[in-house]
Amino acid sequence: MDDPVLELRGLCRNFGALKATDNVSLTLRRGEIHALIGPNGAGKTTLMGLISGRIAPEAGSVWLAGQNITGLSVAQRARLGLARSFQVSSLIPEYSALRNVMLALQAKQGHSYRFLRPVALDRGLQSAARDMLARVGLVPRASVAAAFLSHGERRLLEIAVALALNPQCFLLDEPMAGLGAEGTARLVTFLQELKQQAPILLVEHDMDAVFRLADRISVLVYGCVIATGTVAEIRANPAVRAAYLGEEPAT
Amino acid sequence: MTLALVLEQLLNGVQFGLMLFLMSAGLTLVFGVMGLINLAHGSLYMIGAFLCAAVAGATGNFWLGLLAGIAAAAAAGALIEVVVIRRLYDRDHLDQVLATFALILILSEGVRMIFGPFPLYLNVPDLFRGTVRLGIVDYSLYRLALIGFGLAVALGLWLLIAKTRLGIRIRAGESDREMIAALGVNIRALYTVVFALGAALAGLAGALVGAIQSVQVGMGEPVLILAFVVIVIGGIGSIKGAMVGALLVGVIDTMGRFLLPRAFALFLDTSQAMGVGAALASMLIYLLMALILIFRPKGLFPAHG
Amino acid sequence: MDSARREWLLNSALALALFVVPLWAWIAGEPFIITLATRVAILAIAAVGLNIALGLGGMVSFGHALYLGIGGYVAGIAAHHAFNGTPVLGLPGTNQMLPVWAIAMLVSGGVAAVVGALSLRTSGIFFIMITLAFAQMGFFFALSWPAYGGEDGLPIFMRNQFPGMNTNRPWDLFLIAYAVLMAALLVFALLRAARFGAALMAIRQNPDRAAAVGISPFGIRLTAFILSGMITGLAGAMMADLTRFVSPAMMAWTMSGELIVIIILGGVGRLFGPVAGAAILVGFEVFFGGVTEHWKLWLGLVLLAVVLFARGGLIGLIAGRARHG
Repeated sequence: MDDPVLELRGLCRNFGALKATDNVSLTLRRGEIHALIGPNGAGKTTLMGLISGRIAPEAGSVWLAGQNITGLSVAQRARLGLARSFQVSSLIPEYSALRNVMLALQAKQGHSYRFLRPVALDRGLQSAARDMLARVGLVPRASVAAAFLSHGERRLLEIAVALALNPQCFLLDEPMAGLGAEGTARLVTFLQELKQQAPILLVEHDMDAVFRLADRISVLVYGCVIATGTVAEIRANPAVRAAYLGEEPAT
Repeated sequence: MTLALVLEQLLNGVQFGLMLFLMSAGLTLVFGVMGLINLAHGSLYMIGAFLCAAVAGATGNFWLGLLAGIAAAAAAGALIEVVVIRRLYDRDHLDQVLATFALILILSEGVRMIFGPFPLYLNVPDLFRGTVRLGIVDYSLYRLALIGFGLAVALGLWLLIAKTRLGIRIRAGESDREMIAALGVNIRALYTVVFALGAALAGLAGALVGAIQSVQVGMGEPVLILAFVVIVIGGIGSIKGAMVGALLVGVIDTMGRFLLPRAFALFLDTSQAMGVGAALASMLIYLLMALILIFRPKGLFPAHG
Repeated sequence: MDSARREWLLNSALALALFVVPLWAWIAGEPFIITLATRVAILAIAAVGLNIALGLGGMVSFGHALYLGIGGYVAGIAAHHAFNGTPVLGLPGTNQMLPVWAIAMLVSGGVAAVVGALSLRTSGIFFIMITLAFAQMGFFFALSWPAYGGEDGLPIFMRNQFPGMNTNRPWDLFLIAYAVLMAALLVFALLRAARFGAALMAIRQNPDRAAAVGISPFGIRLTAFILSGMITGLAGAMMADLTRFVSPAMMAWTMSGELIVIIILGGVGRLFGPVAGAAILVGFEVFFGGVTEHWKLWLGLVLLAVVLFARGGLIGLIAGRARHG
């Protein structure tokens, strides 16, 4: 088996007396969806912060495609190919859907220090951004400001922005939240295709979706990974049943 | 340069620092509780000084003037809170800066219209005339009284915030606005009271300092900017930080102006040393602030998280 | 008529008016009006500079008078040494505008780089205060440094020269200022439309998102802050030439406040906001200043009304809310 695309090794982070992340190690392999589940307060948000670079770990390291990225900033990690979507939609509110994607594309190309050429005349940038919108079905809404898109459309735009980064891996933080049954079903199909392009680390509350999508699941409780395995293994794991599924029947 | 002179300057620095504390306390409270940056705080200081000088001049009684100064500043504070400031709590800092900048223009011109363009003078009260012997130094009795006043008000403020119902509400307001509103505290009235309290402290400082400076339009802004330096150094929202910051700024500024020209005179000729020393001394506290912000971007005693 | 078109028409009208009024004054022999128009143009250049940081980047610099003052002192010091025939830092003084402008922009850009690099470590109210503190440092330094006039300021006996123009004639000086203003506006418009502007405005709205797609907010903001300081510094050098005098008052905190006021009166982030704002401010001073000595009271009331009730400024009132496509 080839090297993991994303690897966490012994990550630790405390907030005061609280062990928010306690010696977490996990891997994300090519072509898979690895879901991260856990009850509220298990430390998923902190862990996402550690991976994306918003929070610095006290111990441990993060590796992307064999490179240690622990000391890098959020922006540097993004340029190396770590694309994340936010739990609460976080777009550029005054920019149209198209410009939100164009921003990601220009960042991907690494050319934000161009001062003279108007982006409105940059046909290459525009058509590439339109292609990304087409993949998530947002072309008809291309010129609407992100602030005026519906909740579901914003979630799709988050995905389109992540696609534009053509990343090594996706970090998706609750992409299904608030989508409704139909939207969730469409997104499940979409993510199954997307994982062929780059593997996905998925934090999700919708257990149906997780059990349908995930190739592997890690269960986070009080900052610790108590189990990692296939859907079947996790379902059968007594520790998981005790800590998690027992409280919140999922299937 | 004698020890007595150094001691006198040190006392002056402490006195200056305590007056800055009176200014900064209100500013930092208003920021901590309401999240508002108020440039017009210096105008309240000016109003306190003008009313004190005018009433003391008319009645011949400093203490009546002092009361009038505090009352006028508190009333002006309550009025502008109700008319203008309360519309700004939900706005961004830019709007707050601009609206309170506009208030400075309005209040300064208003005071000029009422009291005319010439400075007023306020005499030191009879009770505190002259000097007092402190060990090796003869020190101005009034300045010593200002130190006493400043400490007494600081103590009173601490008691108010730590021990009274109002204080509990103020502290609750700093940490959780929705919660205290849900508990039935009238948050609008609380804000007006906090703002008027800060205004009264600024008016008190203006009235007290009015007796050792001329009372004129524009006197509030230099003090205002120093008070901002104080609360930024101390950590915005923290009364303790305001106290530490005020004393730091007061002492460093006073001692810098006193010592730096003399230090440079050791290796430069006198006129050059005076120039270089004075230039550096006047920049000193801003350098201090920049340094503190570089190493502790939220000040010495960050109030929130 | 949509709002973008209305704004375009309004901008054209402003540009035209700022040219036609002094043109008429030149024909009618009213040099005072030409000088007023020149002042509007130069203040507008300073505010265009600030508009890059404040309007596009959302960085509320409460210390831009520092760059205005630095530009002014560069012009003043160059003229001082040219007049005395003495060198400064090994260079001869000069009374040519072009090299003075270049040096003014270089020095103010350098100072903005240092101030920006330190200030951008903070945000919100701390950023406002630390930029104010740096400007106060400059103000007090100019006030107490005796070599160039200290608090008395520094007179410029001979106005700096511009090739092919007689800068002692108000009309010539106006033309220079007008041309520089148009160039500054062009730079602003290009920046705003380019990838750099896209990144900068995105960072203003949502720095976390910008970082998550790989754009480091710090570098973009710092670059904008430096460009902003350079343009305001250029305006400072021109202002010194207009008044033939520099003093610490150019760096006073009230001046920083006025630059922000200009932008707000005109409209934040709008291309011609600084032009409209500078015209309103100077017009207010001249017309109300002639009617009542308490004109600042009325300015305060107008400003308060704009902040509380008309946040888009003049251009926002006429052209409607800003649209970003």
